[in-house]
Amino acid sequence: MSAAPADDPALLVDFYRTMLLVRRFEEKVGQMYGMGLIGGFCHLYIGQEAVVVGMDAAIRADDAVITSYRCHAHALVRGIPPAAIMAELTGRGTGVSKGKGGSMHMFDMERGFYGGHGIVGAQVPLGAGIAFAQKYQKRDNVTLIFFGEGAANQGQVYETFNMASLWKLPAIFVIENNQYAMGTAIRRAKAGTELCHRGEAFGIHGVQVDGMDVVAVHEASRDLVARVRDGEGPMLVEMQTYRYRGHSMSDPVKYRTRDEVQKVRERQDPIEQLRARLVESGTIDDAALKAIDRDVKKTVAEAAEHAQTSPEPDISELMTDVMVDADGGSA
Amino acid sequence: MVEMTVRQALRDAMAEEMRRDDRVLLIGEEVAEYQGAYKVSQGLLEEFGADRVIDTPITEHGFAGLAIGAAMAGLRPINEFMTFNFAMQAMDQIINSAAKTLYMSGGQVRCPIVLRGPNGAAARVAAQHSQDYASWFAHVPGLKVIAPWSATDAKGLLKAAVRDPNPVIFLENEILYGVSFDVGDEDVVLDIGKAAIERTGRDVTVVGYSITVSRALEAAGILAEEGVEAEVINLRTIRPLDIATIIDSIARTNRLVMVEEGWAFAGIGAEVIAAVCHGGFDHLDAPPARVSAADVPLPYAANLEEAALPRADQVVRAVREVCYV
Repeated sequence: MSAAPADDPALLVDFYRTMLLVRRFEEKVGQMYGMGLIGGFCHLYIGQEAVVVGMDAAIRADDAVITSYRCHAHALVRGIPPAAIMAELTGRGTGVSKGKGGSMHMFDMERGFYGGHGIVGAQVPLGAGIAFAQKYQKRDNVTLIFFGEGAANQGQVYETFNMASLWKLPAIFVIENNQYAMGTAIRRAKAGTELCHRGEAFGIHGVQVDGMDVVAVHEASRDLVARVRDGEGPMLVEMQTYRYRGHSMSDPVKYRTRDEVQKVRERQDPIEQLRARLVESGTIDDAALKAIDRDVKKTVAEAAEHAQTSPEPDISELMTDVMVDADGGSA
Repeated sequence: MVEMTVRQALRDAMAEEMRRDDRVLLIGEEVAEYQGAYKVSQGLLEEFGADRVIDTPITEHGFAGLAIGAAMAGLRPINEFMTFNFAMQAMDQIINSAAKTLYMSGGQVRCPIVLRGPNGAAARVAAQHSQDYASWFAHVPGLKVIAPWSATDAKGLLKAAVRDPNPVIFLENEILYGVSFDVGDEDVVLDIGKAAIERTGRDVTVVGYSITVSRALEAAGILAEEGVEAEVINLRTIRPLDIATIIDSIARTNRLVMVEEGWAFAGIGAEVIAAVCHGGFDHLDAPPARVSAADVPLPYAANLEEAALPRADQVVRAVREVCYV
């Protein structure tokens, strides 16, 4: 295992770069949505960046990830080219799902990214099934199953906890607790708000982590991943985080005050926290920070350009990919 | 010719496919130690072990979702529902995950799973345990839907379903499990999407699937005594529907009666008749007729239950009606 993240400047800089990429990418998505270039439902990840960045760095390229409809960041961090994600958002044929999935349905099987699921909680049993396959095939892989605290009330989540624990599946259940299930604050919808305990009745060890601190996220994840990979069975982590934007682009956010959001931004922002840490420790100087900023902006601008200039899917694509042909192609 | 029950045929199909491909596994309630709630998986645990024949908790939504996820990750699960009535708990995973993900992912995520179990009415188990779900599943692009009648159908189509790279709904019938049929070539794998003509006749085409093929054949026997020769088509596959075989038959008989155990409204008969009207309208000498379940939840009382389910005498009456005799 590599050095502890706090002692690995290159890793910390990488976290910074990736979190900034997610932030700038999502800000651009918000703008483009406002301009009518992106349609339908669109759920931004702004504020939650540390969770997926810290966790993804704790798994291997051949491991698996599955998540909900709030999936742009998970796709980016898995290594899907930003241009392919942005083109999916604009509904173009060069999109990662050929323009057939959109904002909520990004997939990349070559990178072990299983999507991108629109029904709240449905990815949880699916993810356990991926973990089941990993164990069945006697591979030493793990599956990260991301879901929000809203989904943590779904019945199928507990059906899955039961089976995952019973069969010791190599699954890590990640509750991204961003405090609001759409507009319902956690205290209004949860009998018991300490979600890290929700697996205990099934014998699933759970931890609670400051999901705004990428180093804490990564350290906790490395420990959990190592234990799950060693065959200890499934584990659960509650990432305490916060989304700055509405549930989706159509959310007027009447259920909380601007002041509440502002306080989190000022005191807990995951990117600002890490930037301060990197600067104070002398790991990085202003010039290097600016260079990262520039690079990220360029990447996002290029993705946006590609997404607006790529053609829509050919109309012949309408009827393809419904079924896999017997000869292996899909039609 | 060998005689075999539908139950044995299903069991043998699973065992043969599990021997052939170690990605194939059986998962569901009571499939392992209990040997199957209807004894369809008899002996499989013994032969293949607990890693491949897996008893689940009674949580259809969860285990079907898990099996669908495992299929996406490269396994070939056979997911048994104790009955399809319980698959309603898992409907979201079947429709939104199994059927749609290939399309939503631009062709990347495949889901080679068989979801099987008894469908339709059994005997005296009342409304919540007695429903034909064929039209529910057949409505959805991305699913194949199979409804075997004979032991030959059961074996040849289940083997084909396991080998198919798509999600397949496999609708069995509890009453048929114990029925014996002559089976020919034991190793046959049938084509999905091909109907079978079970009896030839020149006067009327009677189309059924699953247990209603038995009703259609009974009716054909009665009609033959009256000098009316009915051709009986066993759909075998509901989706994709083999409309060519039906229209080809109607080109000869000019008359159609559709028999299904489901409710008529928005049912499989409605689909068959619409397709025949579109593709074979000029062949028709009479409006097609339907025989189906009474439009009520299935009652418990023996006489009411009998009155609610499609019977041979209703098929006979419908045939006389379309033949104007």
